[in-house]
Amino acid sequence: MAAPKKGRRSAGSPGRPGRTLSLFLIVIAALVGGMFWSGDTAPRLGIDLAGGTTITLKAQNTPGKPNAINKTNMDTAVDIMNRRVNGLGVSEAEVQTQGSDNIVVNIPKGTNEAQARQQVGQTAQLYFRPVLTVAAGAPTPQPSTSGSPKATPSGSPGATPSGKASSSAGGTTATDKASGSPSASSTTQGRAVTSALQKDPSPTPSGDASAPASPPATDATTPPDPATAALQKKFEALDCSSKAQRTKANQGAGPKDTIVACGQDSNKQWEKYVLGPSALEGTDVKKSQGVFDSQNAQWIVTLDFTGAGSKKFSTITGQLSQQQAPMNQFAIVLDGNVESAPSVSQTLSGSAQISGSFDQQSAKDLGNVLSYGALPLSFHEETVTTVTAALGSQQLKAGLIAGGVGFLLVLIYLIAYYRGLAAIAVLSLVVSAVLTYTLMALLGSGIGFALNLPAVCGAIVAIGITADSFIVYFERIRDEIREGRTLRPAVERAWPRARRTVLVSDFVSFLAAAVLFIVTVGKVQGFAFTLGLTTVLDVVVVFLFTKPVMTLLARRKFFSDGHPWSGLDPKRLGAKPPLRRSRPVGGASSSDHPKEA
Amino acid sequence: MSRISAFTARLYRGEVGYDFVGKRKIWYSISVLIAITAIVGLGVRGINESIDFKGGAVFTTPKTSISVEEAVSDAQSASGKTALVQKLGNGSLRIQIADITTTQSDPIKAELAKDLKVDQNAITADLVGPSWGSTIANKAWTGLIIFLVLVVIYLAIAFEWRMAVAAFVALLHDIVITVGVYALVGFQVSPGTVIGLLTILGYSLYDTVVVFDSLKEQSKGITKQTRYTYSEVANNSINSTLVRSINTTVVALLPVAGLLFIGGGFLGAGDLNDIALSLFVGLAAGAYSSIFIATPLVAELKEREPQMKALRKRVLAKRAKEEQAGGPGGEASPLPAGAGPTPAVAGPRDRPRGGRSSGSTGRRR
Repeated sequence: MAAPKKGRRSAGSPGRPGRTLSLFLIVIAALVGGMFWSGDTAPRLGIDLAGGTTITLKAQNTPGKPNAINKTNMDTAVDIMNRRVNGLGVSEAEVQTQGSDNIVVNIPKGTNEAQARQQVGQTAQLYFRPVLTVAAGAPTPQPSTSGSPKATPSGSPGATPSGKASSSAGGTTATDKASGSPSASSTTQGRAVTSALQKDPSPTPSGDASAPASPPATDATTPPDPATAALQKKFEALDCSSKAQRTKANQGAGPKDTIVACGQDSNKQWEKYVLGPSALEGTDVKKSQGVFDSQNAQWIVTLDFTGAGSKKFSTITGQLSQQQAPMNQFAIVLDGNVESAPSVSQTLSGSAQISGSFDQQSAKDLGNVLSYGALPLSFHEETVTTVTAALGSQQLKAGLIAGGVGFLLVLIYLIAYYRGLAAIAVLSLVVSAVLTYTLMALLGSGIGFALNLPAVCGAIVAIGITADSFIVYFERIRDEIREGRTLRPAVERAWPRARRTVLVSDFVSFLAAAVLFIVTVGKVQGFAFTLGLTTVLDVVVVFLFTKPVMTLLARRKFFSDGHPWSGLDPKRLGAKPPLRRSRPVGGASSSDHPKEA
Repeated sequence: MSRISAFTARLYRGEVGYDFVGKRKIWYSISVLIAITAIVGLGVRGINESIDFKGGAVFTTPKTSISVEEAVSDAQSASGKTALVQKLGNGSLRIQIADITTTQSDPIKAELAKDLKVDQNAITADLVGPSWGSTIANKAWTGLIIFLVLVVIYLAIAFEWRMAVAAFVALLHDIVITVGVYALVGFQVSPGTVIGLLTILGYSLYDTVVVFDSLKEQSKGITKQTRYTYSEVANNSINSTLVRSINTTVVALLPVAGLLFIGGGFLGAGDLNDIALSLFVGLAAGAYSSIFIATPLVAELKEREPQMKALRKRVLAKRAKEEQAGGPGGEASPLPAGAGPTPAVAGPRDRPRGGRSSGSTGRRR
C-alpha cells in the first residue's frame, strides 16, 4: 500500500478505492434501473412549470351560524387544506382564498386528483357521541301520534327493509323509550351524558320497535318537548340508503345537540342512530394515522388523544361500560356519519381506534385528515378544471438553457485551472447529477415530490456547491505538493483535512435543511427537503466517488509524474525545493481569472 | 495584462500575500455603506411583494383563442404589474395580478376586454388571497431563527464563540444586502426569492466555515512562538484559502449568472429573474463577507484577549531586536508568500524537505 512515509498513517490510508467505487457504481446502476423499471423517468414538475388541476370550493352557510364565513375561518381552512394536500411539503400544491367565500386548490399534474379532492373538501368534524338508539337504516312508518311511539317491528310491511340491522353491540334494534336525553345545559358534556344515561339504568330492549330518546327528564311530569318529538319523527322517517337524506340528517346540529345519524355496520348495511351530545371531539385528538391491524387483518385508524382528551375519554368510557346494549356504545361521528360504534366494556383512555371498511388508502387518508383538524366551515366543490403552467414552459426552458450554459462555463473554468484534475471534477458532477435526477424521479411517485422553478434553480446552484467540495480537496492536494510531496502521499495526506472541512460545512447546510423541514410547512418545507437531499448527495459523492477515483488516478503516470496538463505539475505549483523557481514555467494559466473583489 | 497574469500565476501557486486583516477598516466601511444604502432603500421603496404573499386580483375571461404569452403581455401593459396567466381546461384564461384593489380592477378589466376582444361583462374579477399564507411565513421565520441559534451554538463548539459571532455577523450582512438590493432594484419578492435567500444562507456559512477551518488549524499553538501575531496568521489563512474561495465563488456564480443574464435576458422580467437575483447577490455577498468581514472580525476579537496582546508584544519586541541586529534572514513579516497552509507554528512537525520527491523533478516541457 502506498502509505505516506511518515506521520498520521491511518488517517490517510487509501483503503480499497476499486472496491468502494465498484460498489457505489452498482448502487447507482440499481437506482437508475429502478427508475426505468418504475416508469417514472422524469421528476414530477410543480404547478408553476407543468400546470395541473384547480379545484374551486365554495364555503357553505351553516344554519344558525350566519357569520361563520369570515376571513379568519377562511384563512384557517386554507391552512388546514394546505397541510392536508401537502402533508410533507413536497407536492407543491397551492391553496388560496378567492373572493369572500371560495377557496382555490391547485394540484400539480400527476397527483392523484380524486384523492386530493376528497382530502381537501372533507370537513373532518369528529365527535364521539354516546349511542341512545340504533335501528335498521330504513324509514319506519309513522304512527299518527307523536311523542310516544308505537312499537313497530322493523322490517314490517310498509317499511323498506334495508337488510338486517345489527349493531356491533349485538343487533338490538330497539330501546326503551325511557332513556332520557340530556338537556343541553351548560354542564360539561361528560356530565350531561352521564345524567342522561343514568336516568334509567336498566333499559329493557323490547326487540321490536325503535323509539328515540324522550325529552330531558328534568321533571318527570313535563310533557315531551316539541324538539324531541321532532327528532323522533326525523329518526323514524330517516332513510339511510339515500345520500341526500344522510347528509341532511343532522346538518346544522351543534355538538351539544342530540342528533340522528347514519352509519354502516360491518356488513355494509345502513343503520340509523340517535346519538347524545358529543363527549369528545376532533380537537381532543393529538395525532391520527392509518395503520394495519394485524390481529384482525384490517386497516384501522388510530387516534391518540391530548391530555384533556384522554381524561374526557376515560370518563365517558367509564360511564358507558356500566350500561347495557346498545347504550354501552359510543359512535365515532365524522362529518355527520357514524364511522363506527364500538361498545365499551371497560374504562379506556389515551387512544382509540376507528375500524370499519377501510382499505390502506382510505385509512391513511382519514388519518391524515384527522391529524390536521376539522375545517371551521363546510365546503362544496364548485368547479374542477385543468390549468396550464403558471409560468409557462419558456421559464423552465430558459432556466435549463441557462443552467447548461452555466455548467459549460464551469467546465471551461475548471479545465483552465485544474487541467487534468477537472476530469475528476466533471465525472463527479455528472455522477451527482445522475443521482439527484434519479432520486427526484423516484420520489415523485414515492412521496409526491414535485419540482418547482425555485427547486430547479436550487439544483443548478447545487452544481457550484458540489464543486466546492472537490475544489477544497484539490487545493489541499496541491498544498501538499507545494510542500514537496509526491502525488500519492499528497493525495492520501490531503484527504483527512479536506474531509473535515467538507463535513463541517455540509453539516451546517444539513442543519439548515433539517430545522427548516421540521419547523416549516408548505413550500419552505419542500425547499428544505431538496436542500437536505443535495447536501447528503454531496457528501456521498465526494466520499464514495471523488476520493476513490483520485486515489486510483494518482497511480497513473500522467498524474503522478506531474504532467503539465495534469493540473498537478509541481513546477507550476511552485513546489518547494528541490524545485524552487522564481518564475512559473510556461505562461500563466490561460483563463481570465477574476480579479479580486 | 502582464500584471494580471503575474497575479494569477502567483494565485495559482498560492503565493498571494495580500493584507486583508490590516485593511479591515476599509472593508467594514464598504459594507456599512452598502448596508445603509440597502436599509434606506428598504425604508423608502419597500419590498415589492408578489401575489403569493399579499394576494391580488384574479380575472377569469370567457373562452378565448389568444395565447398565454400574449395575454401575459396584455395584462402587464394593462396593469403595469407582473401577471400570472393560466389557461383553464375550458379554454378560458385565469389572469392573476398582484396588489390590486377592487377599485383598480375595473379599468384593468376594461383594458383586458379590449385587448382580448371579449365582452367586458364576461370577465369576472375577484380578489384572491395569498397562497403563501401568514402561517408559512411565520413558520419560515421560526425555522430560520432556530437554525441561526443552533448554528451559532454549533460553531461555538466546533470552533469558538468569537468565530460563531463573526459568522453570524457575516450572515446578517449578507441578508441585509440581499434584501436591500431587492428594494433598490424593485424586483418582485416571490416565494422563489425567499427560497433563493435561504439557499444562500447555507452557502455563505459554507464559505466562512472553510476559512475558519484553516484559521483554526494555523493558529494551533500560536502562543508558543514569537514570529507572527494572531492577525498575521488570520491574514495568512485568508490568503491560503483565497484560491479556494475565488474558485468556488466563480464556479457557483457562473451558473447563476447564466440564469440571471441569459435566462432573464431572454424573457425579460419573470420568476426566474427574481430567483436568480437573490442567488447572485447573496452568493457574491457571501463570498465577500467570508473574506473581508468574518475573518478580520475574528482577528479583531481575538486580539483583545490578554494572551494575544502579550503575543503581539513579544512578536513586535523580537522584530525590533532583529531590526537592530541587522535584519532577519529573509523572513519578513507578514508571512512569507507561499506559506500555504503550513502552520505558523515552529513546533516539531514533520517538515518534508526535498530529496524525497521522486519522479517530480526536472520535467521537460
